[in-house]
Amino acid sequence: MPVQAIAFYLLAFVTLASGLLVVSAKNPVHSVLFLITAFFSAAGLFVLLGAEFLAMLLIVVYVGAVAVLFLFVVMMLDIDFAALRQGFVNNLPIGGLVGLVLVGEMIAVVAAVSSNGAAAKQALPNASPGGVPNTEVIGRVLYTDYVFFFQLAGLVLLVAMIGAIVLTLRHKPGVKRQDIGKQVARTPKTGMELVQIKPGEGISE
Amino acid sequence: MDSTNPLLWFGLTTGGILLVVIWVLLSLAFLLLADRKIWAGVQMRKGPNVVGPFGLLQSFADFFKFVLKEIVIPAGADKVIFILAPLISLILGFVGWAVVPFAPGWVVSNLNVGILYLLAMSSLGVYGIIMGGWASNSKYPFLGALRSAAQMVSYEVSIGLIIITVILLAGSMNLSTIVEKQTGWFWNWNVFGGAGLKNIVLLPVMVIAMGMFYISGLAETNRPPFDLPEAESELVAGYQVEYSSTPYLLFMVAEYSNIVLMCAMISVLFFGGWNPGFPIGFTAHWPPFLVNFLLALVFYAKIVFWFFMFAMAKAIVPRYRYDQLMRLGWKVFLPTSLVLVAAVAAWRVFGPGA
Repeated sequence: MPVQAIAFYLLAFVTLASGLLVVSAKNPVHSVLFLITAFFSAAGLFVLLGAEFLAMLLIVVYVGAVAVLFLFVVMMLDIDFAALRQGFVNNLPIGGLVGLVLVGEMIAVVAAVSSNGAAAKQALPNASPGGVPNTEVIGRVLYTDYVFFFQLAGLVLLVAMIGAIVLTLRHKPGVKRQDIGKQVARTPKTGMELVQIKPGEGISE
Repeated sequence: MDSTNPLLWFGLTTGGILLVVIWVLLSLAFLLLADRKIWAGVQMRKGPNVVGPFGLLQSFADFFKFVLKEIVIPAGADKVIFILAPLISLILGFVGWAVVPFAPGWVVSNLNVGILYLLAMSSLGVYGIIMGGWASNSKYPFLGALRSAAQMVSYEVSIGLIIITVILLAGSMNLSTIVEKQTGWFWNWNVFGGAGLKNIVLLPVMVIAMGMFYISGLAETNRPPFDLPEAESELVAGYQVEYSSTPYLLFMVAEYSNIVLMCAMISVLFFGGWNPGFPIGFTAHWPPFLVNFLLALVFYAKIVFWFFMFAMAKAIVPRYRYDQLMRLGWKVFLPTSLVLVAAVAAWRVFGPGA
């Protein structure tokens, strides 16, 4: 167990420290990089719990795709750091309030668990119930038990995507677009015209 | 490599990792030379032929040249990230090898979600490039980094969907299991529709999937014809412009390690990994080490063949334009791979093997 304990405290410390640095780093790009570190060590914590499928998904989806787009946007922004600092004191009360609410909720959860709550009897979450790998269990729950809800979630995402496309897609007149089919189908006959020009007259349009 | 003694386990794993890393590095040295030789051959040049017999030691000479040069860090660069970027690239280029099975039982970590792990590590590879391009604080590297980010995220989608077809055929995400399912004659390979002759119906589907995986692999590793992040005619050298000496070397080694890893993935997913393509019952009385060694050589031969294909693509195909690249990824590969997944899934549910 000592190896697992060392791994857990290391990963937990890195997660918390990089989480703190996300909000305190001066450079927003550094913030995003710390966010990625936090995601990565959270994936490590999932592996320690035996939930290797969730860990890999966290890395593929959040680190590999979402955070890349974050970084993409943040790197392109032209941010005035001085202006960014100015709002800090003004927003402190609201931030403090949100923080207090979160701390209260955490205390409530811990109290509920320790005083014979919902998950009190379970010492460790069971990653592979009945010896079935958790990948298979998640698949069964998602695609067999809750297949309609899963489809519904997919439809919601589809609607969101269509909405974004409808809002941003514009057909400007006069834009030259490449039509590869047209380009490939061009023959000497359609692409070229032979004109007999009378001397001294030139071509009129 | 499971053992109850943690110290023994630690020693065995460390030894395995060292063995794999040294094997990959040595292979890279010669594959890099092969790449240059093939490229030269297509252009009717001789290629490197001065250092050692046939130029065999060229990569080692290059290595010493890189290492002995001065590391230049631009004045406006973000120093920590500038140095971190090539290191991250190198590490991510090598950690993927942990789950690649070289022969029965010869794998550093026999992970249950091996394929997902490989996908995760190859999707992380983009960070080395983005960080390097941004930290250089220069226009060309930044443009290269942005291109690379968009390109790698786009092609990961189709790679992921194509991998799903293989997962459906094998019924497992463990790379060793996927290879074991393709044992026996070559028609059991996934490119021929997976285990059992009746699955040969899937041949056209899987051949298309294999071709798309190969092309997406070229794009994912920033290889020509999709080497837009480092297009020398537009961006000088893309994200590597400001890098010199050892950091540049690390970037290059990482790039080639990723390419060879992609070749290994094609071999494992579609061409039976270590399986030679015919039953190997006659080796039953041979010492197991010898059999494993021969199977590892078979796997290596497949990797070298696919590396040759990568090198030929680099030598023959002209570079894509950026909008063509995006069009190919999102409008051609994504719908096609979705259809392929549907076809394979339908065959698995309604076909005779269901």
